[in-house]
Amino acid sequence: MKTIEFLENSVFFGVMISFLSYGLGVFLKKKTGLAIINPLLMAVIIVTAFLAVTKIDYQKYYAGAKYISYLLTPATVSLAIPLHRQFELLKKNIRAILCGIISGAVTSFLCVLAMAVIFKFSHKEYVTFLPKSITTAIGMGVSEELGGYVAITAAIIIITGIFGNIIGETVFKIFHITEPVAKGIALGTSSHAIGTAKAMELGETEGAMSSLSIVICGLFTVIGSMIFAKFI
Amino acid sequence: MNYIKEFSIILLFSFVGEILNKIIPLPIPASIYGIVLLFTALETKLIKLRDIEKTGQFLIDIMPVMFIPAAVGLLESWGIVKSSILEYLTVMAVSTVLVMAVSGIVTQLIIKKSGEKNNENN
Repeated sequence: MKTIEFLENSVFFGVMISFLSYGLGVFLKKKTGLAIINPLLMAVIIVTAFLAVTKIDYQKYYAGAKYISYLLTPATVSLAIPLHRQFELLKKNIRAILCGIISGAVTSFLCVLAMAVIFKFSHKEYVTFLPKSITTAIGMGVSEELGGYVAITAAIIIITGIFGNIIGETVFKIFHITEPVAKGIALGTSSHAIGTAKAMELGETEGAMSSLSIVICGLFTVIGSMIFAKFI
Repeated sequence: MNYIKEFSIILLFSFVGEILNKIIPLPIPASIYGIVLLFTALETKLIKLRDIEKTGQFLIDIMPVMFIPAAVGLLESWGIVKSSILEYLTVMAVSTVLVMAVSGIVTQLIIKKSGEKNNENN
């Protein structure tokens, strides 16, 4: 019991177990070569299971683990680096990139609208989902602005990111998406920063294009969702 | 000494982003202002790539781990979503796959078309 208490109050335990679990996920993926083993998903499962078994409260884990999330803004700012390195490629394909991102953002709106009609969502539920494909901070702001359930928006955005991160390579296979620029745009537009983590894994070009998509798709969605919010 | 300079620059851009987020009344987070400003500074050579490259690469490499705490916390919001969880997950899954497919296909199609055009011109 003493050990659990120590872990709950430890400063380093939360960050350490997050890193160890992710490292274990990467190791398992390399060892088995299975695409289905996604390091991020593995890490989330391992940490969740560990907390459940040891009965450590999530809030106690988070009290330590939040220090790693503190670096999220500096890390996102650093995505300017691959963007800068790939700027020539970006300029060369600017038309394709912009069309790709905007068609993706519009698809997201139409999709949410169509399914909100099918499932008979209330206006509040509908606007909760409108910003689902963009980065958490912008998405929560949009949801709040439009009067959605902000906590659910945050949850859906994170699930969307993890889902996109997991299924990315499968979707590319099914739809024959082979071009690195297109893969990056697809990941960033559909699943923001968590998708970008996958894009970085695939390569520098994919990562840079995905980073760009977070910015452009995020900004476009701020404007677009205000228009689409009027439809239900 | 290098790492101090590198991390200071990255923190400076994060901080300026934070200020802009505070004074501009739009739901745009600090990180988006920061990435746009740092990118501009790199392109205008105000900041040299080697002055931030190592620390920036380190941060990008460990970025996936930063999502773990929030993702583990998803179970905490179970209470508010459980009544409509199937519908919510359906909307999430279908739209994510479609958005990914459409944006990827459109981008690839236009790249291939303009590639062909360039070849004809050559």
